[in-house]
Amino acid sequence: MPDFETVIGLEVHVELATASKLFCGCPTKFGAPPNTHVCPVCLGLPGVLPVLNRQALEWSVMTGIALGCAISPRFKFDRKHYYYPDLPKNFQISQYDIPFALNGHLDLPSGRKVGITRVHLEEDAGKLIHEGAAGQIGGGTAALVDYNRTGIPLMEIVSEPDIRQPAEAAEYLKEIQKIVRYLRVSDGNMDEGSLRCDANISLRVMGETKLGAKVEIKNMNSFRGVERALEHEVIRQRELLLAGKVPAMETRLFDEESGETRSMRGKEQAHDYRYFPEPDLTPFTMSPERLEEIRKRIPELPAERLKKFQDAPFSLSEYDAQVLTADQKVGDYFEKVVANKASPKLASNWITTEFLALLKDSTLDALVAKVSPEEMAKMIILIENGTISGKIAKTVFPEMVKTGKTAEAIVKEQGLTQIADEGSLRTEVEKIVAANPKSIADYKAGKQQALGFLIGQVMKATQGKANPGIANKLVKEILEKL
Amino acid sequence: MLVYMALTREEVAKIAHLARLELTPEELDKYGHQLADILVYVDTLKKLDLTGVEPTAHVLSVTDRDRPDAITPGLDPDDIAKNAPEFRHGMVRVPRIMED
Amino acid sequence: MPDPSGLSIHEAASLLGGGKISSEELTRSVFSRIKKHEPKIHAYLALTEAGALAQARESDQRRASGKTRGPLDGIPLGIKDNMCTLGTETTCASKILKGWIPPYDATVVRKLREAGAVFTGKLNLDEFAMGSSTENSAFGVTHNPWDLSRVPGGSSGGSAAAVSADLCLGALGSDTGGSIRQPAALCGVVGLKPTYGRVSRYGLVAFASSLDQIGPLAKDVEDAAIILEAIEGFDEKDSTSVKQPGNPVRPALGRGVKGMKFGVAKEWLAEGLDPEVRASFDTARQTLEKLGASFVEVSMPRQEFGLPVYYLIAPAEASSNLARYDGVRYGLRETGANIIEMYKKTRNAGFGPEVKRRIILGTFVLSAGYYDAYYLSALKARTILRKDYETALAQCDFLLSPATPTPAFKIGEKSGDPLQMYLSDIYTVSVNLAGLPGMVLPGGFSKGGLPIGIQLIGPAFREDVLFQAASALEKELGLAGKKPPLEGAGA
Repeated sequence: MPDFETVIGLEVHVELATASKLFCGCPTKFGAPPNTHVCPVCLGLPGVLPVLNRQALEWSVMTGIALGCAISPRFKFDRKHYYYPDLPKNFQISQYDIPFALNGHLDLPSGRKVGITRVHLEEDAGKLIHEGAAGQIGGGTAALVDYNRTGIPLMEIVSEPDIRQPAEAAEYLKEIQKIVRYLRVSDGNMDEGSLRCDANISLRVMGETKLGAKVEIKNMNSFRGVERALEHEVIRQRELLLAGKVPAMETRLFDEESGETRSMRGKEQAHDYRYFPEPDLTPFTMSPERLEEIRKRIPELPAERLKKFQDAPFSLSEYDAQVLTADQKVGDYFEKVVANKASPKLASNWITTEFLALLKDSTLDALVAKVSPEEMAKMIILIENGTISGKIAKTVFPEMVKTGKTAEAIVKEQGLTQIADEGSLRTEVEKIVAANPKSIADYKAGKQQALGFLIGQVMKATQGKANPGIANKLVKEILEKL
Repeated sequence: MLVYMALTREEVAKIAHLARLELTPEELDKYGHQLADILVYVDTLKKLDLTGVEPTAHVLSVTDRDRPDAITPGLDPDDIAKNAPEFRHGMVRVPRIMED
Repeated sequence: MPDPSGLSIHEAASLLGGGKISSEELTRSVFSRIKKHEPKIHAYLALTEAGALAQARESDQRRASGKTRGPLDGIPLGIKDNMCTLGTETTCASKILKGWIPPYDATVVRKLREAGAVFTGKLNLDEFAMGSSTENSAFGVTHNPWDLSRVPGGSSGGSAAAVSADLCLGALGSDTGGSIRQPAALCGVVGLKPTYGRVSRYGLVAFASSLDQIGPLAKDVEDAAIILEAIEGFDEKDSTSVKQPGNPVRPALGRGVKGMKFGVAKEWLAEGLDPEVRASFDTARQTLEKLGASFVEVSMPRQEFGLPVYYLIAPAEASSNLARYDGVRYGLRETGANIIEMYKKTRNAGFGPEVKRRIILGTFVLSAGYYDAYYLSALKARTILRKDYETALAQCDFLLSPATPTPAFKIGEKSGDPLQMYLSDIYTVSVNLAGLPGMVLPGGFSKGGLPIGIQLIGPAFREDVLFQAASALEKELGLAGKKPPLEGAGA
């Protein structure tokens, strides 16, 4: 039985979060009532003309640079013709042979290096709602068109067929999401459609260099959906190949419910898009000076930050570093906490667990407002210098979130300062040991858990304020003496 | 360079479909002939030596015409409703969509 | 007082300024003339009399309070029906847009409104500006006021005929391959196609985006200058409109042509040119020389390729620009069982044969496998033609050519043969391909009393040169103010 290799390439569309559309001044905000963000231009009325949104261009170039692409010094837009009711002009202004960015790469955390063939800019189409059969194309009796989305700037990122696993495809998509969010050029939400993905997948015998019959997969609306769809495809295509058949070169739609892909109804013909240069737009140039100015605006990217957090002085584990780089704002918060002299390891622990756990009931911005990085750092320093134990801190922190008070204030108010004075603790420990003869006996008999029990009692008696390390030492000492 | 074409009915029909025109067989023939005549005429272009010549896609030498990212007033659903042949639930209504 | 409808814009402005006439009176006299002659000419697709009178009254009020806006304030003008007019039906002479009411004004329309102009109505054209006779209008042909059995030219036939017959004092037309200049020549009026980029195209229903320009049709050269100054200029809504439109034109009027050099390409006067057109051309040339300009022979060696290149580029762009007419959001919709049927039935019913022909040709030219051989080759040939013009214009201030190969032909004479019709544009198309300004003014008459036009072509953004030469030529030829022999013609 031959061994097959999976070959996947992805086409990712990213909606840019500019204030206005690509070629007109209509708002782009998601969720408005239908046909309220429209004008003659994006409706494609007779006589209208497009004018390019400078911000959209610069943000796209910024993304191209972040993806390691070469930015063309001169590029243009082209018309791509096809008839569809969500495309008012029945052509889309896109880029054909001279896109603004070429030959980039995205290195996945898992190690795979994925080449990026090109990045180009184009206008989005409207939204169709199918009357009749729920949400299905082809089954409806009629369709309703909402043009709010027409003309929103769309960046198309085309990868080389370098991806080898469905899981890598999801990983690639997540990396793109991170990058565009870090750059603040897009919300990158798959459920709102600001991040979309189509895949091309084929199988070939391991060792073969020629590409197999390419199948296009559409309608994957989540990271998990992408993975499931491609997993299903691998199985489907493998079965066909093993049976001596060749998978048809076609477009298939992913069906969320069944987890399977289905061939699109009707004969799939190769589209003749009749591309030609858009005469209503000028050509565009990107001088080295302008490019440099745009490059300067790029913040630290996820991959860079991931590495930085693992290196000194942060020296975090890969896992912790990944959690802290998943969201740029969390990473920013962490860096500020460390800049305020908290130990990176403790800061990382606290943020990745206690702090982020609160996100289920609050937004990040609200949390940061309640517990500033400076105050977070101060709390952590109280732990580091022994003023409070980590356990006590777990009650202090929620109090900080609830009341907005500083850690110091809360510790003072509630008298939570850790007892680290050996002298006063010794008396307490002696008392407790004496009050638990059974534990003494157990300990002497070799039962280690007696130790833990006694330490627990010490903690209880001191309302958790005893320094656990010292309590441990003292209990042991006193037991040994007996 | 350029090729004289005698266009078949099928070829004209294919082009007509791309342009979403449905022509009768008579129209296919008529347009086919007229198209062929015009193509013979434009075929004279092959007398020109075009090697190394840059195409003129834009007659002006202007580049980089763009606009700031600002919101400007637009239309409301009523403006669309006034001209739309069918308008329902605030949206334009069209007959069922079949995949081509 | 002679019938005010027969006045030129500058004459009317003078009388308005002197309080000798009101805009309302002027407008009424134009509409009175329209009622009389429009039934046989059919220059208009829509008349906006009530709106015009309201605008006229507002103009008179402004004048009374000393707030006159300029030479066009209170002047009745017509607009070709392929320019969007807010609240007024705009059909492009096509069934597919019948009933469409634009929710916005074209930039040039807005500018004319702001200049205080009075809009008489929308003028007839070949459907979507495709044609050279106005016979392609879905709503009836316009008749040449000089001979009602003949075409006025096209596609701005309605505009040219209306100006010629005094059914408005001036008009806007559009020119893609000669659509202002050729009808101007056939109707004996002045027509200007400005340099590409000088006048905003926003709101002009696109035919061929890289060739289209809006321009004036007028009774004389000065009027054309007045209209141009009102409509030209950078428009942020049009990426192809230019920031420095060029030297002002009105100061150039009356400078005379002494010391100017004009070129004539020998290829333009080839054997077979209609002898009357030739005679009129020679008169113009001799007149210029008499006035002190010197003649230079130049060459346009690839003149013959203008039409083939045009008939590749224009239909290609048109096929793309007309893809939006699909029955979905506006205009005609024919019912269909599914959307593809709806598209096809709508476009079949809505488009006339010439439009269909050009869409088919254009679609073919852009289609996979043919793009390089046809469209791309045409774009390269276009570069060569531009360079030829540059070379010719380097040797002179402007070029002089016939405007059309013949005077107005009979209605129906050429409509059976598309290629024959296309040949009417032989002197005009290359000017659009090069993006240069071209002006046509009356040069003479045929023995049968039909107007013959003369064309001047200038360097990019040098309309001032054209106006300078044209005003001198016009004065000497003395043809401005000649009116077609419509019975009961004013004055």
